[in-house]
Amino acid sequence: METKFYEKDKLLLFKITEEIDDHSVQKIRRRADYEMERFMPKRVVFDFDCVTFMDSAGIGFLVGRYKFANLIGAKLEVTNLTQSVRKIFEMSGILKLIPVTTVKEMTA
Amino acid sequence: MKEPFDNEMNLEFLSKSANEAFARITVAAFASQLDPTIEELADMKTAVSEAVTNCIIHGYENKIGIVKIHAKLYENEIVIEIADSGKGIANIEMAKEPLYTTKPNLERSGMGFTIMESFMDYVHVESIVDVGTKITMSKRIKREEMNSSTEISQMTSMP
Repeated sequence: METKFYEKDKLLLFKITEEIDDHSVQKIRRRADYEMERFMPKRVVFDFDCVTFMDSAGIGFLVGRYKFANLIGAKLEVTNLTQSVRKIFEMSGILKLIPVTTVKEMTA
Repeated sequence: MKEPFDNEMNLEFLSKSANEAFARITVAAFASQLDPTIEELADMKTAVSEAVTNCIIHGYENKIGIVKIHAKLYENEIVIEIADSGKGIANIEMAKEPLYTTKPNLERSGMGFTIMESFMDYVHVESIVDVGTKITMSKRIKREEMNSSTEISQMTSMP
């Protein structure tokens, strides 16, 4: 996972580059929470463009980060959902809580 | 009415979460003999990942046991059995309910069975408490007849 913090917008961007399952998600979760606590962003965006596989561990992960973002006063968004990632998120209804943003909106 | 199967494989591995990727990739590689679409293959991988994760987290509760996968290929269908000898499921109907999980504190979504059921054509759960659980699931591969006919038409159109 690659992390970028944009100081001006207090935007923390995570580009997930791993497959997301119950095994890999533990490491991704630790890293994400660490960086969120470190930067105290106002916006947190998870980029799924490079995620070639995701199972239901991704749902639990996103719900958990949504709660953690709320806790530190940040807004959570997701971007670049691939077809298979979107299918799983839509099944869970989580996209009603978490907005899907575009790269254009992100850099604007 | 099923034709006799064309191919078969058995896989056994320790219930370590690092093996989740190994299991789904192996099943996908085996299933690729049926020439599935990318989407069919992705659906299968996800369903296998959910079932194997269940064996590891719920069946064995992160203790070490053996997860067994038995897959059979028919002409246009794959049947996958995934089994553990773990603690079993007391109430299968409840376990299958969307969002139901016995481990909510660990960020489990409770969507495992829902995903298996929507990504595969058939899912059956057999479980005996303290003996183990076996998931049988199958998926039909919709062979595109077009591929072969396009090839033929291309061939016949050649001078």
